Amino acid sequence: MTALPKWADVALIPAINLVLAFFVSGLIVMWIGENPLDAMTVMIKGSIGSAYGWGYTLYYATNFIFTGLAVAIAFHARLFNIGGEGQAAIGGIGAALVCLHFGWPHWTLAFPAAIVGAAAFGAAWAAIPAYLQASRGSHIVITTIMFNFIASALLVYLLVNVMKAPGQMAPESRGFPAEAHLPTAHEMLAWIGVSFPRSPPVNVSLLIAFAASALVWVLIWRTRLGYAIRAMGWSEPAAIYAGIRPFRIIMITMMISGGLAGLMAINTVMGEAERLLLDPVQGAGFVGIAVALMGRSHPVGVVLAAILFGMLYQGGVELEFEMPAVSREMVLVIQALVILFTGALENMVRAPLERIALMFR
Amino acid sequence: MEKLHSVLAGAAALSLAGSAAVAEPAIIYDVGGKFDKSFNESAWSGAEAWKEEAGGSYREIELQSEAQREQAIRRLAEAGNNPIVMPGFSFGTSLSTVAPEFPDTKFVIIDMVVDQPNVRSVLFKEHEGSYVVGVIAAMASESGTLGFVGGMDIPLIRKFACGYVQGVMATNPNARVIQNMTGTTGAAWNDPVKGAELTRAQIAEGADVVYHAAGGTGIGVLQAAADAGILGIGVDANQNYLQPGSVLTSMVKRVDSAVHAAFSDGPEMETGIVEISFAEGGIAYALDEHNAPLISDEIKAGADSAIEMILAGEIMVHNYFATDSCPDS
Repeated sequence: MTALPKWADVALIPAINLVLAFFVSGLIVMWIGENPLDAMTVMIKGSIGSAYGWGYTLYYATNFIFTGLAVAIAFHARLFNIGGEGQAAIGGIGAALVCLHFGWPHWTLAFPAAIVGAAAFGAAWAAIPAYLQASRGSHIVITTIMFNFIASALLVYLLVNVMKAPGQMAPESRGFPAEAHLPTAHEMLAWIGVSFPRSPPVNVSLLIAFAASALVWVLIWRTRLGYAIRAMGWSEPAAIYAGIRPFRIIMITMMISGGLAGLMAINTVMGEAERLLLDPVQGAGFVGIAVALMGRSHPVGVVLAAILFGMLYQGGVELEFEMPAVSREMVLVIQALVILFTGALENMVRAPLERIALMFR
Repeated sequence: MEKLHSVLAGAAALSLAGSAAVAEPAIIYDVGGKFDKSFNESAWSGAEAWKEEAGGSYREIELQSEAQREQAIRRLAEAGNNPIVMPGFSFGTSLSTVAPEFPDTKFVIIDMVVDQPNVRSVLFKEHEGSYVVGVIAAMASESGTLGFVGGMDIPLIRKFACGYVQGVMATNPNARVIQNMTGTTGAAWNDPVKGAELTRAQIAEGADVVYHAAGGTGIGVLQAAADAGILGIGVDANQNYLQPGSVLTSMVKRVDSAVHAAFSDGPEMETGIVEISFAEGGIAYALDEHNAPLISDEIKAGADSAIEMILAGEIMVHNYFATDSCPDS
């Protein structure tokens, strides 16, 4: 279906897109009177130039891996799940309930329980739009985005009226007990005698994110269910002819997708804030779409794209700090350009490259 | 502003005069961004006023996500910025973690108490200010039906609503207050269209004075009130000028003075809890040429006597935070 060799498709095109995005970003930085090379250096040094930077980059990347996988797996069944934001928020409620309502003796017990809680809540939230799509044909794009608002409303209601700590002004739950705190990279690396800065919030959830990526790969390319999901995605009539029931596949795929999005909450709610806040998702649900697009819906691509977006986030903070002329909105513009070039304008690079590839055939 | 400033700055100004090397102060704006036409923008104008007056410079950071709170506070403290001002209750948890790590840096948090020796917690008695505008609203209302439009349904906004309702009920026990919240996401603070819609719905139910505590959304509330020929009440800044002749008054919360005072006091500031109300001039109802025709002598006398009684302790306005509930609603 493409004239390009595989390596060009998975590596060269994203790389060229990135270079283009940074080139245009550089022009904009120049236009506001700063040196683009300095800006680039600040971003790269700030995000991966130190253990501190890596700590934050990987923390953000953890979120994006989960939401990116959630979008990617739904893409394989040609379902566009843009409800990651809401599913992750509800997953946060699940994780918080598990952490607050049981007296856990140790984090090693609280952690698996919170994983189950977060995934189950996220999956349940995705199951409703999935059912509406599978049985009623209500378009999943519309329903999942509307469910984001319902999730947000539910979260505000619960935090203000039910879960808010008494005597507390901010709408947040009470802090989780110390036994439900996840070890950060600082603590985990100390076990093996490696020192790592204390403040970055990257924690054991990162390992779960890597494990989830591996499991998604196995599921999609090495199981019957994965085959059915992909078959559904390529052609629904063909899948039905082969005896695959679309209702079942839509429900299962969306619940796995919602569960993965919900898992994001273990990183932000249990790993970082150690309490349930008003906005536990921090926009990662939407960034997940860009991550999945850029990662070509492949787990390895998703992990790499998630780390890139983690770098953009962390590097963006450093840029804002080091160069006061670069405002928060400028950082957003640079992030948006990367999404634009890698996601939407992919064919701009692909078409000429394919022509070149054909010339050398 | 002058009054509040002198209260806060008084002692500190003396000691500041001696120290030559003054660290650069810093301010961190919440995820909502600095130009929200409301709370954060008020903080920004306080910082800018200080810059103009003192001829100094300051650092500022706008947060992009929740996870950056602690990171931003630490970054500024490590860079030697002092004092570091945070407008917004959301900084509470992060600041109580970070403040002990930098005992020589002074932090200022607005709308929240952080109990650390190097933190100044500035609290505004919005419930008292809202009570007084409630009194004014009830006296100006002919229908006896009043409106309240909040941004998001969070405890801080319930505190505004609770004080307002108490003021209305104390003045006119037969009155009715219709309360609406704009939304459930952060977008609720900047949705003038929805604010106008809610206001029109309240007007349809008979409201003839509508008070908003909704940030940028309030622009739409005041616009809809003016369009329908009823009265709106502004919040945070003096918003009387937005719709001259249609804004009954504004519940002024001088976040700018709090920021200005913190910057002027510098690293030698006094810490602890600073409560700001009518006496300090940080809470007021706005009276200027735009609303002078609307505030009759009778209303003015009613409002001023309410303020006096609050100051004298004869009226105890219930604070929503004290019990997480409101006696009148």
